[in-house]
Amino acid sequence: MSTSVELRDVTVSFGDAPVLSHITLEVAPGEILALLGPSGSGKSTLLRVVAGILAPDGGEVLIGGRAVTDLPTHRRGVGMVFQDNQLFPHRSTRDNVAFGLKMQGIGRDERRRRADEWLARVGLDGFGARAVTELSGGEAKRVALARTLAAGPSVVLLDEPLTGLDRDLHDRLAAELGDVLRGAAVTTILVTHDRHEARAIADRTVHITDLGPPRT
Amino acid sequence: MNRPPRSLVALLAIGPAAALVVFYAWPFATLLVEALDADAVRSTIRRPDTREVLWFTLWQAVVSTAVTLAAGLAPAFLVARYDFAGRRTLLAVLTALFVLPTVVMGAAFLALLPPSLDRTVWAVIGAHVVFNLAVVIRTVATMWEHLPPDMEWAAATLGAGTWRVAREISLPLLRPAITGAAAIVFLFTFTSFGVIRVLAAPGTRTLEVEVWRRATQLGDLGGAAALSILQLAVLAIVAGWSAWSQRRHARAIDLRPGQRRRRARTRRERLAVVLIGGGTALVCAAPLTALVVRSFSTPTGWSTSAWRNLGRPEIRPGIRIGVDPWDAIRTSLVTCAWATTFAVAAGALASLAIAAARRAGRLLDLGLMLPIGTSAVTIGFGILITFDRPPVDWRASWWLLPVGQALIALPFVVRTTTGVLRSIDPSLSDAAATLGARPWRAWWEVVVPHLWRPLTVAAALAAAISLGEFGATSFLSRSGRETIPIAIERLLGRTGSLLQAQGYVLATILAVTTIVLMVLVDRSHDVLSGPHRAGRGEDRVRR
Repeated sequence: MSTSVELRDVTVSFGDAPVLSHITLEVAPGEILALLGPSGSGKSTLLRVVAGILAPDGGEVLIGGRAVTDLPTHRRGVGMVFQDNQLFPHRSTRDNVAFGLKMQGIGRDERRRRADEWLARVGLDGFGARAVTELSGGEAKRVALARTLAAGPSVVLLDEPLTGLDRDLHDRLAAELGDVLRGAAVTTILVTHDRHEARAIADRTVHITDLGPPRT
Repeated sequence: MNRPPRSLVALLAIGPAAALVVFYAWPFATLLVEALDADAVRSTIRRPDTREVLWFTLWQAVVSTAVTLAAGLAPAFLVARYDFAGRRTLLAVLTALFVLPTVVMGAAFLALLPPSLDRTVWAVIGAHVVFNLAVVIRTVATMWEHLPPDMEWAAATLGAGTWRVAREISLPLLRPAITGAAAIVFLFTFTSFGVIRVLAAPGTRTLEVEVWRRATQLGDLGGAAALSILQLAVLAIVAGWSAWSQRRHARAIDLRPGQRRRRARTRRERLAVVLIGGGTALVCAAPLTALVVRSFSTPTGWSTSAWRNLGRPEIRPGIRIGVDPWDAIRTSLVTCAWATTFAVAAGALASLAIAAARRAGRLLDLGLMLPIGTSAVTIGFGILITFDRPPVDWRASWWLLPVGQALIALPFVVRTTTGVLRSIDPSLSDAAATLGARPWRAWWEVVVPHLWRPLTVAAALAAAISLGEFGATSFLSRSGRETIPIAIERLLGRTGSLLQAQGYVLATILAVTTIVLMVLVDRSHDVLSGPHRAGRGEDRVRR
């Protein structure tokens, strides 16, 4: 089930330094939006505000038309793939992918079946029992994506998901990523500083500096 | 390579090595021989009160450890993840408590608790918890600080609430730190001596107290030795289990140096900071405050009489109580001066030898660390039964007590200085040699000057350890020559408000002195280079 995401006049500052200033953004249900901008421009901060990891100093976040600004992360139905994956090192690859299902109270056999299904979908058939610390960079990325999508979020946030991969793998994964996201029909915000990547994956591309009021 | 000559290394090492053999290895062997007397072991283990003592020692240690862990995890999270006003102060108060002598901690709790809780096992457990809170908070927070917060957030984006994140992600990943802290707290509480002697009812006995009671009150040396060895065996098992468990659960976690702490942003976060931070600060500050307050309180109101009458052992004309607080201060200062001198001299020689000998130095290094793993009571008891017959009947010698205390402080002196000496670039000696210095001269010019600074820190550390030492001192101090901790225990064990208040005065003086010394040590740590730091975290000696 995909749903819309809306940011209204969102402002975040760290101490005296404003990071996001009066940002307004709308993402349609099922849309894949790429958010571009140089490093330090607040792209990741924006994702964290949507995920509820960071509370904005001002403004509102709406998911599916409902204000979620005060809702804790785990109740927002927002999945996120972190820049450095953040796979849980004390769990197997399969248990990582099944983590969201476990939180939903789904039984062990069903979790296992669905986790393996997702692993197969991202091209990692038979990787279930592996330790995540033994995965290569590309494999870890796929596991992180499978883990996020397996939980069935209504919104997916991708924070520079392909950074740090070699060119070859990067291009291949970019193509696959678009397919997987469209297959899951999930509203997506993709943060990147790579125009080509944005074009390869997203339906629409916006630049973060275009989201706030014009700077004077 | 231009190393100092072997003869010099041997010359440096011989003194400390001999001291270790005479005052540690020999007493330890005597203890073993005494304990291995089959009759002693059999009759001691068969006695029902031995089983009672063992059971009490075990369960109070387990409960103390569990409660300390439960109480320490939330503040550890707070300290690791949040920046808030008073964070440094909170850590400082925790550290201050942590370095207090056990007797002072017992006294502080006695001062704090209402009479209905005094002398109960719950008072003991409470004191153990507050005392060891710093172990849990510091050990766990250090690891938590390096655990990427995004890993916890990743779990939250997958639907895990706060408790679920803690249970499924944070706690399993922190397991090595938690196990380590638990093992240390268990060892400290299992060997609790000073706190029990001051705070618990007279019949309350841990193994340590029982060793002391049998040895000094009942004259049952064999039984006491058997119990000492039994205790050492339990400690070795726990230490071994802890090391094994930590190795097993250590994971290749992507630990990041210096994760950024953040300020509380939401109302919920701010509330948590106030409640957890404020609560912890209150729990830590209360006993110390109570100690000072009680030193000024008399049945007729506030008064400085206990402070003014320190030097007057007569409570009424002609009636003496047998403990002269002012004398105790003098005895402690003299003992401390000698213990510090012994520890620093032996430690300096040993550190120079260890640093110069490199590989062979490791054996000496290891040997000098042994007293850390042995309880102070065991050390004192061993010395007492070894040097009690001619030609080594040294029990009446003034220097035996400072030697015992120096032995306990020695590992800390060596830890503080060796690290600095080892970090000296060997090519400096080579450079000196190319300028015409002979090996011993190069060593003298390049290495020795680096000794003074860490040695000053080590001296402060040794002084703090000596001043608060209670376990070994209980065996080695002579009647009429009580040190401050012994005097505190005696005074607080008596009835009469003036005596009690005098006990609290002495405890306050000792607390302040210890804290000042440890602040000096802590400050100087920042200017000392070298990987080994003493006097912090688990590097603590229990006195």
